[in-house]
Amino acid sequence: MPFIEVARVTKSYTAANGAIRPVLRGVSLSVQRGEFVCIVGAMGSGKSTLLSILAGLTRPDAGRVVIDGEPVDRVRADAAFVFQNYSLLPWLTAQENVRLAIEAAAPTLARQEQAARARRALEQVGLGTAVNRRPSQLSGGMRQRVAIARAFATDPELLFLDEPFGALDALTRETLQQDLVRLCSSTERPVTAVMITNSVEEAILLADWIVPMLPGPPATLGAPIRIQLPRPRSVAQLAHDEEASEVRAHVIATLTATLCVRARGSSMASPQDAIAARRLAAEESR
Amino acid sequence: MHLLLPMVGVVLAVLAWWAASVMIPELPSPARTWQESKIYILQPLVKRGETDQGIALLAYYSLLRVAQGFLLGIMIGTPVGFLLGVSPLLCRMFDPLMQVMRPISPLAWLPLGLVLFQKSETAALFAIAVCSMWPTIINTMVGVRAIPQDYWNVAKVLRLSKTTTFLKIIVPATLPYMFTGYRLSLGIAWLVIVASEMLTGAPGVGGFLWQEYNSLIYAHILLAIITIGVIGFVLDRLMGLAEARLRAA
Repeated sequence: MPFIEVARVTKSYTAANGAIRPVLRGVSLSVQRGEFVCIVGAMGSGKSTLLSILAGLTRPDAGRVVIDGEPVDRVRADAAFVFQNYSLLPWLTAQENVRLAIEAAAPTLARQEQAARARRALEQVGLGTAVNRRPSQLSGGMRQRVAIARAFATDPELLFLDEPFGALDALTRETLQQDLVRLCSSTERPVTAVMITNSVEEAILLADWIVPMLPGPPATLGAPIRIQLPRPRSVAQLAHDEEASEVRAHVIATLTATLCVRARGSSMASPQDAIAARRLAAEESR
Repeated sequence: MHLLLPMVGVVLAVLAWWAASVMIPELPSPARTWQESKIYILQPLVKRGETDQGIALLAYYSLLRVAQGFLLGIMIGTPVGFLLGVSPLLCRMFDPLMQVMRPISPLAWLPLGLVLFQKSETAALFAIAVCSMWPTIINTMVGVRAIPQDYWNVAKVLRLSKTTTFLKIIVPATLPYMFTGYRLSLGIAWLVIVASEMLTGAPGVGGFLWQEYNSLIYAHILLAIITIGVIGFVLDRLMGLAEARLRAA
């Protein structure tokens, strides 16, 4: 039995003028315990909506999400979330931000022990010297490290990552990706991670499975692609690896083909689809 | 340099005052105002009678009254603001009522206060509190509404309890707005004090002004007006400083 099971999930939003905007249709997905799954798709394709449904932040209109045998109707205690925009509280120091998560997960733990754990979590991501700084005194990469430390501080079984490295420069991004891999493999319990990204490169680097999100509206999921490249992987090595380039070509073809077909033939095709297709292709060829 | 231009402004205003006093004989000139009222300024803490007291003592009575009314106002206004900010239902319920009550003058609340409490001192506090709480309510409410979705997400994802969410997220995120509300509320409280002292005859700067008007000592009226202005300015600056420190933190 899969650890995460998503069955025929559908979701639409009602706009302010009353118009109904479908976002997801008939989305199904299975994730085994300990797997790292990347959902890859263009911006605005409904990835974030799917992730927040998985995490229990949003309710689907139809379909169901079951994690570890339990239907998801709220945020699970064993889950942690990393957002693209860091989501740190600016009035708390790095350590207090992390401690807040520990306090919420283990309220009976002594305050000092919570603080000590927060410090250790920050040391794990190389921020041992910045524990007393506030987010405004940290760079984007350091902020995201704090957010990652906060996510791992509660020893989660489940990790939801919403484009966590999207706002970072290439160098910082690569270091943080490697940190993430290290943290995921260093925990006592296996961590199951679902990450959304618009970078095929990032997905190949991190994932066991890549699930292409085919843009709508409403968006659907394509067939998952198994990534069996040996670990540890690095950006430099993947750039020259033949298998990696095959996988890359396959993922990009899946994503762009759908986009192009939609742009040419379908009555629902919009100029945005064509633009999205071109942008995605251009991004990946860089 | 940044003091020079304001000084020029003050000098020009005094000149205009002097020119007006030449044309209107009843209006005391700046020099005469100083001559007739210097006793209040040079002996600021001397008490000669119920309203015949040094200006610092009079200001002290007024400030004490303002402090009480203002504290009462923000003690009511802050929680109400939080409630209205958190609950769209309550907000829709009370917003029209608030919009109607907000523009009502202190002069209108005071008689109602007298009817309700029978005592002029309590009625004055009531009028100050009722008039000054609106900016606190509205700014606190707006502050809660302006909390970015990110912070609500943090609360949900970390599964923070309601108390923790309130203390660690809602209050700190709203604090700068709250203080803007407090500053505006204090300004209004100071405006109301004069009106309420004039009507109740309580000792204070406003009561002094009213009594001297009845005795036709215009120099003292001018003294009271200048005092009210200066104190109001200082209060606003102090609250502004507190607000700035808060934003910097």
